[in-house]
Amino acid sequence: MFKDKFKAIIIGGSAGSFQVVVRLLAELDEKMDIPIILCLHRLKHVRNGFVEALSIKSKRPIVEPLDKEKIRKGVVYLAPANYHLYVELGNQFAISTDEMVNNSRPAIDLTFDTASYVYKEKALGIILSGANRDGAWGMKRLKERGGYTLVQDPEECTINTMTTAALNITQIDQVLKTDDIIRFLNKELC
Amino acid sequence: MIEDIEINDLRLLTQLVKEKYDYDFSNYAISSFKRRLLRILEIYKFDTFDKLMVKLRNEPSFFKEFLSEITVNVTEMFRDPSMWRELRDKILPTLFQSHESVKIWHAGCSSGEEVYSMAIMLKENGWLDKAKIFATDIDHSILSKAKEGKYAVKNMHELNDKNYFRFGGKSQLSDYYKIEGQNILMDKKLVSNITYMEHNLAGGIAFTKVDLILCRNVLIYFNQNLQNDVFKLLHQSLFNYGYLIVGSKETLVWCDIASKFITVNNEEKIFKKIRD
Repeated sequence: MFKDKFKAIIIGGSAGSFQVVVRLLAELDEKMDIPIILCLHRLKHVRNGFVEALSIKSKRPIVEPLDKEKIRKGVVYLAPANYHLYVELGNQFAISTDEMVNNSRPAIDLTFDTASYVYKEKALGIILSGANRDGAWGMKRLKERGGYTLVQDPEECTINTMTTAALNITQIDQVLKTDDIIRFLNKELC
Repeated sequence: MIEDIEINDLRLLTQLVKEKYDYDFSNYAISSFKRRLLRILEIYKFDTFDKLMVKLRNEPSFFKEFLSEITVNVTEMFRDPSMWRELRDKILPTLFQSHESVKIWHAGCSSGEEVYSMAIMLKENGWLDKAKIFATDIDHSILSKAKEGKYAVKNMHELNDKNYFRFGGKSQLSDYYKIEGQNILMDKKLVSNITYMEHNLAGGIAFTKVDLILCRNVLIYFNQNLQNDVFKLLHQSLFNYGYLIVGSKETLVWCDIASKFITVNNEEKIFKKIRD
């Protein structure tokens, strides 16, 4: 139903989201050749190790984009430690050391806001487990711009503050458990 | 509250600022620039973009505040400790071995945390008296703050002390400052020999030649056109075999001058100029 509709999948997560992301990267069909943009809360002073940990089971290459790096299909992008990650016009990323938002840098709200500004109705946003409210506003923006919204089932989340916050302020299109997120994306996007 | 700014409004604003104040923001990276503008609207409680335009048009004194708010001034001491170690253990020993005096330029120094980091590191290694440091920024008021060396105690404990520890300095960061209420005051002796100057990287004018430039997390606020120009300026401002260090997620590989540099350390983004 959504084949070729989306230009990017944008995923936000915090506490309890790591295992879910690992599963997504391992099980999402390789035919889905759009960029996947991850904004996950992480330790600010630890620059290395996260990409490597996520890469173990991933079918796709994972990189932390450099400033103004071109966005390529089939690549997974991870917001670097201690920077906000923006999707910039001209199919590229931009980074920023701007103030923290929701006590976070990278802030999910900002990645979602800028990504949905660029991709509009061709953005697919997913919010996973997490212990603060970051991402809720970004998800609202994404929905307002015509994007498709998906939230991990709060019942399945290790900590459901983030998903609940998103559900509270936006009419989310789908609330799914990890298995079903994978099934849904593999069925609808390929 | 305004949640977005139209591209056309951005255009009108950069035009006005260029004509009236001779600052060119037309090549700033859009996402960040928009975000800074939204922040200004919020801080000054402007409920329309037009109110900001009117204020810029009619109150020249407001422009200074605008300039301060439009630039991102979030910085840390010893941010990326591994870069500072590399500088201390590899880059600076080479420079001080071959030079009587080493000239260093902090381009876009903001509130001066990296300038103090540099001064502390130089002092701990007996280099401070042999170094000549220039620290520049587009924003006059942030330069005063840099000179003053007054920072929030909270930041010192949560961020800077820890960075210094990870860097592996020879003493305690607290040996270089004293606490006064909610703030700390850096030891002025550290920076007695440093020249602070107003300078707009986007203005395109080189002012001196140096052996080492730190320009970290500054060019990320520019688009690629402007980055390209500024890298030319930085290249021009370096002696041959001088070093340029940018932020850990920046690179110059796609710029015109890329072939005039070699990568010394890709992880820490340290480049060396090899030809004019």
